[in-house]
Amino acid sequence: MIPELGHFALALALALSIAQSFVGLLGARWADARLMGATGPLAASILIATGGAFACLIWSFVTNDTTVANVVMNSHSAKPLLYKVSGSWGSHEGSMVLWVLILALCGGAVAAFGQGLPSVLHARVQAVLALVGVGFLAFILATSNPFDRVWPPAPDGHGLNPILQDPGLAFHPPLLYLGYVGFAVTFAFAVAALLEGRVDAAWGRWVRPWALAAWSFLTLGIALGSWWAYYELGWGGYWFWDPVENASLLPWLAGCALLHSAVVVEKREALKTWTVFLALLAFGLSLLGTFLVRSGVLTSVHAFANDPARGVFILGLLGCYIGGGFALFAWRAAAMVPTGIFAPLSREGALVLNNLLLCSLAAVVLAGTLYPMFADLLLGEKISVGAPFFNTATLPLVVPLVLAMAVGPLLPWKRATLWPALLRLWWVALAGVGGYLGCLAIAGARFGPALGFAAACWLIAAAGADISDRLALFSRPRAAWARAKGLPRAAWGAAIAHAGLGVMILGLAGMGLATDRLVLLHPGESADLAGNTYTLRRIEDVNGANFTARQAIIEVSRQGQPRVVLAPQKRNFPLARMTTSEAAIHTTWLADLYAVLGEEREGGAVLRLHHNPLAPWIWLGAAIMALGSALSLSDRRMRISAPVRKLAKEAVRA
Amino acid sequence: MTRKRRRLWTVLLCALGIGTATALTLTAFQDNLVFFRSPSDIARETPPPDRAFRLGGLVETGSVAREMTPEGKPNARFRVTDGPHAVSVAYTGVLPDLFREGQGVVTLGKLGPDGVFRASEVLARHDESYMPPEVADALKKSGHWNPNQGAAPPAAGWNTLETGRKGGS
Repeated sequence: MIPELGHFALALALALSIAQSFVGLLGARWADARLMGATGPLAASILIATGGAFACLIWSFVTNDTTVANVVMNSHSAKPLLYKVSGSWGSHEGSMVLWVLILALCGGAVAAFGQGLPSVLHARVQAVLALVGVGFLAFILATSNPFDRVWPPAPDGHGLNPILQDPGLAFHPPLLYLGYVGFAVTFAFAVAALLEGRVDAAWGRWVRPWALAAWSFLTLGIALGSWWAYYELGWGGYWFWDPVENASLLPWLAGCALLHSAVVVEKREALKTWTVFLALLAFGLSLLGTFLVRSGVLTSVHAFANDPARGVFILGLLGCYIGGGFALFAWRAAAMVPTGIFAPLSREGALVLNNLLLCSLAAVVLAGTLYPMFADLLLGEKISVGAPFFNTATLPLVVPLVLAMAVGPLLPWKRATLWPALLRLWWVALAGVGGYLGCLAIAGARFGPALGFAAACWLIAAAGADISDRLALFSRPRAAWARAKGLPRAAWGAAIAHAGLGVMILGLAGMGLATDRLVLLHPGESADLAGNTYTLRRIEDVNGANFTARQAIIEVSRQGQPRVVLAPQKRNFPLARMTTSEAAIHTTWLADLYAVLGEEREGGAVLRLHHNPLAPWIWLGAAIMALGSALSLSDRRMRISAPVRKLAKEAVRA
Repeated sequence: MTRKRRRLWTVLLCALGIGTATALTLTAFQDNLVFFRSPSDIARETPPPDRAFRLGGLVETGSVAREMTPEGKPNARFRVTDGPHAVSVAYTGVLPDLFREGQGVVTLGKLGPDGVFRASEVLARHDESYMPPEVADALKKSGHWNPNQGAAPPAAGWNTLETGRKGGS
C-alpha cells in the first residue's frame, strides 16, 4: 500500500510540475496576477508530493518491505537503522528521488524567501524549476521506478554494498545534490532573465545567495566524498581524478566563477551576459555529471548499475535543458546592455581574470575527463587519462590563480593601480617565502611541496592583509574594533573562504610529503616510518554487526614512548560475499598515522603504513571555505527584502 | 575606454584563456595518455620500455605466487591472460580485496626488459561480478568470450582454449 502511495505521489508531482510550468510561463507572458500568484502554492504542493514519495521510500526501507524490488536489491533486515535510511538514497532509483526532492525544496525555498521578487521573475523561475522537475520525474517514472514490486516477496534483501555502509557516505549524496540542484535555481534565474531580456543589479543580488549556497554545499559534499575515499578505500590518497570526482569538480569550478562574477553584476552592472552564461554552464555541468555517473559511459569506482536506456534518457534531458538554455542565450543575449565600464586593471578586471582561469581549469578537466570516451567512440582506442595529466595540465593555471587571489581583493572598483596594492602585500610575500624556506629546511629539497607551502602561507596571509586593510588595523588601530563591527559579513566571508583555500593547499602540500612503507611483519616484529616505530602485537578475529573481521593490533611508539594503538581490519561480509579493508587512522594536527592490513602469510601480516603530514587540513580547509560562504550568505545585504522595506518606509515618509 | 576597445579586450582575453587551456591540454596529453594493452597486443608489438600503460585481462588460475623482494618487501607475482597470450606481472604492494585468481584485473605499470610487467597499481573493482570493460573487450577480441552466450568462462583453462572461434557470433 505505502509503496503505491509513493508511486502515486511521484506521478502527482509530475502532473503538478507540468501544471506549474504552464501556469508560470503563461502567467508571466499574460501578466496575469492570479496565475502568477498560483506559482507559490503550486511549488509548495510539488514539495509536499515529492516529500511524500520520499517518505514512502524511507518507510519501505525502514520496515524492510521485501516486495519492493529496490529494497530487495539494496537493503537487508540485519542492517543498522542509519544505513537502512541512508540506503534509500544509496541506490540509483532512490538517489534520483532525492534529486527531485531537493529540486522541490529549492522551488519551495524560492517561494518562501522570494517574497521581494518581482512577480513576473518569480513566476518564470518557478516555471523553469518545474520544467527541470518534469524531466527528472518522467525519467524516474519511465526508467527507474523505486517502487517496483516483486512477487513473490524475497525472503530478505541482498544488503547494501558494505563500503557504502558508512556515516560519511550517508551524508555525501544529499550534500552533493544540494549543490548540484542548487545550481538549477541559478539556471532558472538565468533563463528567466533571458526571457525577460533584462539583467540588473537586483538580479545579481537575487542570484548570488543561491550560487553561494549551492557552491558551499557542493564544497562540503566533495570534501566529504574525498574524506570518505581517504579513510574507506584504504589507498592512502584523497583525490584520484576519477571521472566521477571530476564530474563534481566541474560544476564546482563553474559555480565558483559564477559567484564571483555575480558580485560584478550586483555592484557594477557589468559582465551581465557572461554571468548568465556561467549560470547556464554551472547547471549544464551538474547535469553532465549526473549523466556521467548514471549512464556508466565512463569507468570509475562508482559502479552504479549501468543501463543504456537510462543513459540515453539523461542524455536527452541534458540536450533539452542545456541546448534549450544556450539557444535562448544565443537568441536573447544581445538584449543585455552592459552599463558599468571598467579599466582592465580594477577589481572587476581581477574578477574577470578569476573567471578566465577558473573556466580554463574547468575546460582542461572536462577535456581530460571526456577524452577517453571520445577516443573509444571515434578511434576505438582504450585510453585512460590519469592523475599525471591533470597535475601537469592544471598546475600552470592554479599558480596564477593563487597569485591573483591575494591581489584582487585589494584593488578598488572601476580603475586601479597595481603598485599600491603590491606595496600592501610585502609582508604577505614575505610569509610566502617563509613558507617555502621553512618547508625546504624541514623536509629537504622537495620543491613541489615547498611551492605548495609558499602558496598556502601567501593565501592565508593575504586574507589577513585584506581584513587588516579594510579595518585600517595598522594606520588607525584605535578605530579598528569599531570598523570590524561595521564591516559587512560578506567581506569577512570572502576573506575566510580565501584563507580556507590556503588551509586546504597547506594540507595538499603536506600530503605531497607523505611517505609510506610496505612491510611483512610477524607478531612482535616492528618497522620504522617517519620517526615512529610500528610494532605488530597480534592478529585476531573480531565480530561485527553484519561482518566478521581479522584485525591487526599495531602499537605505535616514538623514541620508546608508546603513542597509540592502531587496529586495521579486513572485514568479510558473508551476506554480500565481499571483503573490505578498514584502514586504521590516528589523526593529529600534524599528521595522520594510517595503517592498512593486507594479506596474511605464514603467521605474519602484510601491512601498508602511511605517514600523511597535515592530511586533515585538506578537509578542514574545505569546511572553512563553506563556513566563509555561509557567513557571506548571512550578510544583511543578501536578505533582499531588507533594503526593499527600508525604501518603502522612506517612500511613505516622503 | 571605448566600447570598441572593450570588445577587443574581451575577445583577446577569451582567446588567451582558450588558447592556454588548449595548449596545456595538448602538451599534457602528449606525455600522459595511458593506453590500454591486452597480453595479445604486447605479443604483437612490444611497447616502449619507459612508457607506462595499463595491462588488463584475467588473473591466470594457479599463477599467483607471493614472495619477498631482495629489499625485504612483500611482493606478488601473477600472470595476466586473455587466452592466447599471458604476461607475467610483479607487484609490490597490498593486493586489493577483490583480487582473485580467475577474475578480471587491470594493472598500471611499465614493461621491464625481461618481459615482466612491473605494476605500480592493481585495480580490481568493488563488485565481484563486474568485468572491467577493457578486459571484456580484450576477451571478446581474442575470441574467447561472446557475451551473448553468458558469463565469461573460468580463466583456469584459458591458455589451453582453442582460439579458432575468433570473431565467432
